[in-house]
Order: sequence, then C-alpha cells, then structure tokens
Amino acid sequence: MTTSSTHCLIRLHQEHHSLEDYQGGVPRWCSGCGDNAILAAVQRLCRDEELRPEKTMFVSGIGCSSRLPHYMKTYGFHGIHGRAFPVAEGVKMARPDLHVFVNTGDGDCCSIGAAHWIHAIRYNMNMTVMLHDNHVYGLTKKQASPTSPIGLKSNTTPRGSELEALNPLSVTLGVQNVSFVAQAVDWVPEVMYDIMSAAFRHRGFSFVRVIQRCPEFLPKMFEPWLHDPQKTLLLTHPDGLQLSAGLTKTYKNQQEHDPSNIDRAREIASLDDPIPVGILYRNPKVPCYEDLRHPAQMRTPEFIRAGFEKELDKVTVWPDEDLQTQRAA
Amino acid sequence: MNYTFDAQTAVGRQAAPSASAKPAVTLAEHIVEVISDSGEGAQRCGQSLGAIAARMGNGVWTTEIIPAEIQPPARSVAGASGIRIRMGSRQVTNGGDETDLVVAFNEQVLLGRVQAGELKHGATILLESMWREHRDPKIVASYAKVLRALENDGYRVIEAPLERECRTLVSDPRRGKNMFVLGILCSIYSLELKLGREQIERIFGKKDEQVIKSNQQLLEAGWQWAEQNLDFKFRIPATRSAEPQIVVNGNTAIALGVLASGMEICAMYPITPATSASHYLSDVFERVGGIVHQAEDEIAACAFAIGASYAGKCAVTISSGPGISLKQEAIGLAVMAEIPLVVVNVQRGGPSTGQPTKMEQGDLLQACFGSHGDAPKVVLAASGIEDCFYSIITARKIAETFNMVVVVLSDASLATAQQPFPRPRFSADWLAPPVDQSPVPDGAKPYDWDPVTGLMRRFVPGQPHGMHTLTGLAHDRLSHVAYDPAINEEGLRHRSLKLAALQKTLKTPPVFGAPEGDMLVVGWGSTKGAIEEAVGRLSAEGLKVSSLHLQFIQPMPSGVKEIMQRFKQVMTVESNWSDRLEDEIIDASNRRYSALAMILRARTLVDVDCWSEARGQPIKPGAICEVVRERLKTGGMKQ
Repeated sequence: MTTSSTHCLIRLHQEHHSLEDYQGGVPRWCSGCGDNAILAAVQRLCRDEELRPEKTMFVSGIGCSSRLPHYMKTYGFHGIHGRAFPVAEGVKMARPDLHVFVNTGDGDCCSIGAAHWIHAIRYNMNMTVMLHDNHVYGLTKKQASPTSPIGLKSNTTPRGSELEALNPLSVTLGVQNVSFVAQAVDWVPEVMYDIMSAAFRHRGFSFVRVIQRCPEFLPKMFEPWLHDPQKTLLLTHPDGLQLSAGLTKTYKNQQEHDPSNIDRAREIASLDDPIPVGILYRNPKVPCYEDLRHPAQMRTPEFIRAGFEKELDKVTVWPDEDLQTQRAA
Repeated sequence: MNYTFDAQTAVGRQAAPSASAKPAVTLAEHIVEVISDSGEGAQRCGQSLGAIAARMGNGVWTTEIIPAEIQPPARSVAGASGIRIRMGSRQVTNGGDETDLVVAFNEQVLLGRVQAGELKHGATILLESMWREHRDPKIVASYAKVLRALENDGYRVIEAPLERECRTLVSDPRRGKNMFVLGILCSIYSLELKLGREQIERIFGKKDEQVIKSNQQLLEAGWQWAEQNLDFKFRIPATRSAEPQIVVNGNTAIALGVLASGMEICAMYPITPATSASHYLSDVFERVGGIVHQAEDEIAACAFAIGASYAGKCAVTISSGPGISLKQEAIGLAVMAEIPLVVVNVQRGGPSTGQPTKMEQGDLLQACFGSHGDAPKVVLAASGIEDCFYSIITARKIAETFNMVVVVLSDASLATAQQPFPRPRFSADWLAPPVDQSPVPDGAKPYDWDPVTGLMRRFVPGQPHGMHTLTGLAHDRLSHVAYDPAINEEGLRHRSLKLAALQKTLKTPPVFGAPEGDMLVVGWGSTKGAIEEAVGRLSAEGLKVSSLHLQFIQPMPSGVKEIMQRFKQVMTVESNWSDRLEDEIIDASNRRYSALAMILRARTLVDVDCWSEARGQPIKPGAICEVVRERLKTGGMKQ
C-alpha cells in the first residue's frame, strides 16, 4: 500500500503535539515533591513519542502518586487503593490499541496491592509502570510504608519502625516472567527521562521504581545522596543508558551493566548505598498475556451467532419425527 | 427414625423373577434418586435419565446432591453423592417433594438421605446387595441392620446385585454400574432403550468405539435385569414439544447468556458453586472470540472487569457470596464512576465459608446495599434455569444503557439443576454495539447528567476530545474532584435517579392465581417453581392463595404495593434466615425478617410476614403448602 506524501504531511501535522497538549490540571502536590519530576518526564515522553492523547491512558490507585492522571490531558483512571494493576490489565486486554501507563506508590503497589503487583509481573502485559517510592505514606499524613527504612519514626511507629524495608527491585526481579526493571531518582531528571523512554519502548510490563523525595514528611532522607554524587551509581551499557558528557562529569560513579544479565541485576538491586540508577534488566522475549489470549478471529455478529448455535446444538433435544410416526403407528 | 444396632442379619426382599408381561402403571409424575459414594457416576446416570426423559417429551428437573469434599470417606452418611430426577407428564418447574424411588449403591449413603427426610414414606428402594457378602463382618452387620430398620419403617427394599451383574460384562464394575442402573431405570419408566443407546453415544462420543459399546451393553443388561426381576413398571405419559428444547443447568445457562449477550471478557476467581459457569465459558467462549481471565483474586477479577468495561467492552465477573463481599469496594468504584458492569452471584450458604455446595438466598441485602456510602445498583434475580440465560442478556443491556452495576442473583440449586426449555432464537439485538470511537462534540462533559433521568453519555478512551480522568472521588460534570458539598449531592442525586428511570420502564409483575384473596405468597429467585406449584395445590383445595414473583428487586417495579393490598395476608417465602417466633425472646420488636420481607416492609409499609428455611436444600412445594395452611388457620403470625 502506498500513501501520498501530502497525506503523510497532513497526518504529521495532525499528530504533532506540544507539551501543553498533555498538561491537565495544576498539580496539587507539595512544592519540592518528587512527583513533579515524574510528571514532567512523562509529559515530555508523551510529546516526544507523539502519543495521541485520546489513545493514551494513565491508570492509578490511591495516594499522592495516584493523583498524576489528573494532571495529564489524556484519558485517566484514578481508581481505588491498590488496584491500579488489575484495572490497567482489564483496559489493556479490552483495548490493546491504547498506550497504558500505571502510576502507583510504595503503599499502593507494595502493601495493599502487593498481590496484584506479583501477578502483574507474571502477566507481562504491555504497560509502563512508575512506582513513585517516597518511603512513606504521604496522603494519610506520615505512616511507615513497606519501603520505609528500619527505625523510621512515623505516626504509626513513634518509637521507630521495627522491620527491614522491602526492596521493590529484588521482589520484581524474583518473579517469573519479569521483563523490564529499572530504577530512577528524582534528583537526576535527565536520566529519569531516558529510563522512562526505554521503559515505554520495551514491549511488556516495564517496571520503573522512582526514588523520590517527600519534602513534607521525610525532608532530610536523601540529603546525603544529594550532597554526594558518588552515592549515586549510574548503570551504563550500549544496550542500556548512554550518559551525556555533562552527567558524566558530575556522576563519576558509573558501572557498565548488561541488562540481559539477570544474576548481576539481582546483585545490583540489593544495593542501597550507593543507589543504583539505570536499567537493571530487560528481556524482550517474554510473551505478553494479551498476545497469548487474544483471539485471532474478528468478532462479527455472524461469527458469534455461529459459535452460539453450535453450542446450543450440543444440548438440544430435537423433535424426533421418526419417533412420533412410530408411536402413532 | 432411630437405627439401633441389631446383630441379627436382616433379610431383605430378594429380587424375584416376574411374569414377562408386566402392566405399566401410569403416573402423572415420579421422583427418583440415584445415591452413591462420590465418583461412582450417579450424577451422570441421573443426567442421562433426565435427558432421555426430556427427549421422550417428559417434563424433567434434576437436582444434584453434592457432598462438600471431593473424595469424602466411602460408605459414609455425610458422603452421599448423587442426583434426584423429577419426571412428569407436564412441565416440571422444581425438584418437588420427597422421593418415590431410590437406587442406592450402599446402605450408608442411603441412610444419609433417609435421615435428611428426603424419602417418601413407603418409598421403593433398590439397594446394592454386594455388602451382604462383604469380607468385613462389620459392613455385613451394618448392611443388615439398616436393611431391617428400613423395612420396619415401611420402605419397600429390593436388593439388587448390581456389581455382580456388571462383573459379567466389565472388569471394573464400580465404573460401569451407573449405566447398568440407567438401564434398570429405563425399564422401570418404560423409556425407549434406543434413546438410552444414543445418550451413551453422546456422552462418550469423544472416546473410542469400545467404550461406547461396553456402556451400551451395561445399559441393555440393566434393562434385561429389571425386566426379568422387578415386578413393577411405570409409564409417565409424555407430550412432545414441536419446538426444539435445550437441556442445561443454571450455570451453563448463565455462560450461554454471556456468550449471547455479546460480552467479550469474563474475569473470575474460582469459587463454589459459581465456577462451573466459568468452566463452561473457558471451554466455549474463545470460540466466539471471548476471554475468560482467571485473576489472582476476587478483587482483581472485579477490577479487571471494570477496566475492560471502562475501555468500552462491558465485562462480567462471576462469583458467589464471599467473593462478592471482596469485590464490594470495587463495585462502589463502578457505581461512583458510572462504569457498566455485570456481577453474577451464584449464592451459597453463609456467612463465611458457610455451606459452599448448598443453596441459600442469603445475599439479597448484600446485592442491594453492599459497598459503602450510597451505592445504587440494579439487582435482578433469575427465577429459573431459562431465566438465568435471559437475565444475563438483560443485565448487559441495562448496564450499558444506564452505566450501572447490574447484579444477577442465582443460587446453588439453579447452578446444577437441569430442565428442558425452548431453544433460544439468537438475535443480533442481544449483542453489544461496537466501541464508540467517534469524536466527542466540543464542550461535551464526561458527566453531563440529564436532570430528569440522571443518565449521561460515557466517553470511552480513543474518542478524540473526550479526554478526562475518571475518579472514585466525588466529582463534578467535568470529572474534576469536587470539594464543594453541593457537587457531592449533585452526583448522588443523579446516580440515584437512574434507578427511578429504569423503574419507570418496568412492568408490574403478574400475579399467579386470583388477583385477590386471603394470602399472597411473594418470592424471588429459584423458589418460583416450588411456590407456584404450592399455590396450584392450595387453590385446588379451595384456599384463596396467589403468588407474586419478583425478578427486579432493585429497582422494584411499581404496582407491587397495590397487589399486596388486595390480600388479607402477605408472606414471603425465602431460603434464608429469619427469626422464629417460637423462640422465647423473639417478638415483633426484635424479629429479624427474611431479606425480601424486610425490603417490602420498608418500601410499602404493608405488614409483610415471612417464612423461611436455610437447610441448604431447595424449598419443597409441600412445605410451603403446610405453612400456608397453618398461617391461614391462625390468621397470620402470632405476636
């Protein structure tokens, strides 16, 4: 099939969008909140990928993170606590033509929605997931979350939290069918954008944990990392991230890591100081659940009718003319 | 009945050879049970008998008797597994009263049915006689004891050497006995052996020729044995319908309804007794391009269905009581965000794990008022197997037209019961329209509620200019989070109005029987057949009793109050718990009524009484007759 160049130009014009085309309501996050950095990165991603706003869908649960869809000018689904994944899976199953993003938090994903998180990794449906991990419950005003460091004093742990923090990267890398795992930090926005872009381009369940600051409840938590670039470990690879000259100058602590190496990815995932940033794992060969499940045939009324009648035939008691004549005789 | 130990061996009536030409006694109807240990094929035998009788043109209703465990201990009173088949000259709408004839594979499972009061006094029992010569003396003694006690109680027990007869044909008689029994029953009820042979071809169609042949031999041997050894024979005259009929159970009917409604996605999590609907769907749905998604839990199943519905393809989630409780938060989201959704609840006994394999109508209030805050949803109850099919098609249509959650209630008794009904004629109108991807007009709002009906046009992802963020938070017409108290009420008002708008389209349900009288029995769901049969019997006795059956419970059609006011007494009959007035501390001020009675009292201010049972069994028409007679005599409930 050939397309005229004029037609291409018209389409190009129609499908060209500026940043404003993706900007919805004014964010109501606190000033200095890391969620703002995630929003900026994702809006830029939509523009650069030229995503049609009506074909783009942000699904979230409940929490500060989950307000994000309201600040996009795409379709959004701000649902209930912990259930962003199954909602997004239903959307993707019904409509594989939509670009699906999921915004979830450390409480939403790793606590109340943990069962769905594990299974979402297994399903490996094509969606881009941002785990906004600020290590604390913000919207309900400072309670310990599963990723809070041990000893964190909060309203529910006034004498310090008793348990070791859960590591979302290690958990994700431990589940069968994992296909993309990356980590970003809000204080290196350029890298965050590059990671999100790679996540979007990966076909499958792309899981990006974004370590972000909560200026309201944990204002000092990441200060040592902000002050010392050596405490951020950048993962580079020809198949992963390539850093700009500027970044290389600031962040000298770098390591080459092949994203196809899951064993090394698991080792890197367990580091918390320095914090690793980059693509830990990528496997484009894992099948997507929607591809495995989707029927090959178009669902026309005639097709449905034929299938339905065939099923009814199996359970039908037909009037038996033979028998009736036999009986009459 | 008390079966005390008796060491003496009782001798039952031995099957005696009879004259070759037995006159067949003509019956209007009969109830037969086949009872065995789990895994002995009694259900297949009974379903086959039902299918053959249906092909003869008889009315049929089969009810499965299912123990709670997959492999309960053999020869145990609680392990009774089997099936009851009610056959009649005319259409049969329920399982009926007690059983007339039983074929039992051992005396213990039989005892289970006797103790449950399921056998008619003087019923005929065909009992497997192999236990008489068992090598374990305890079993021999137990067999003899039960046999004797049954005879003393007036049952007619015929010992039948089922296993011995089968052994002459197959090496593993335990696996073939059921078809031998089918042959016996075909002989007893004068059913055509040809139909029996065809039925065997049907059920073993996928297996090899040898399996079919060997089962047909068993069938014929059973027939021969009965012809030669039994001194009785029945005939239930049948009238064949000129229309093709289908024979399915309630869960298959639900699954066929999903298929015919044009829904594409069913998200579920396994739960008894709902799962078999999804089993059937899993097998056939994909052939018409559908998907059954077995989610990681009930909540995910509901959220998945909501996601699919939101994205333009109305979906269904099928579960039972405990699963529905788990889904309630997500159901509230669908109500708040006005996402169409069909929720099927195949009810079982509760609360908690309750009685998973037994029927109960215990979830009506959870269906109407479940979730939190004001969450109006449509609730309709399938009143029979055929209705299971059509209810799903209706539910999908209402869900999409009103952007509402529609709960369809069925129960464990409908789930496994089979009945022939006219083969549905497919209509393309049943199907969902294609997903709307047309651009949204400029200035249109995602929640542009109609001031009269509360209805709004939903924007589906992919529609240009329709972009908005749906939210479970209170929101305004633009789907923006509402911080204003007036906006919260605006949403509540319009979501509530939709129920009234639907109610305006509903017809007043018809009264069964005279339009006025001494008592109106009101029911919902699977009890319809039993209630109407009871009303028929009572009317024949000269009592002025009618009944009313509600398919729509929320919203409730208009005119119900006016109907009730034409009767001196109104009483609901339900399979759920209501306080018993004979309990010392129960009185009118603290009595907890059955679910529908509670709703009717609140809605109509009529002093509606109730009678209910929660025995896990379908209510028998005879039990309803007794209660109605009693209440008419005493002039209503005692205070």
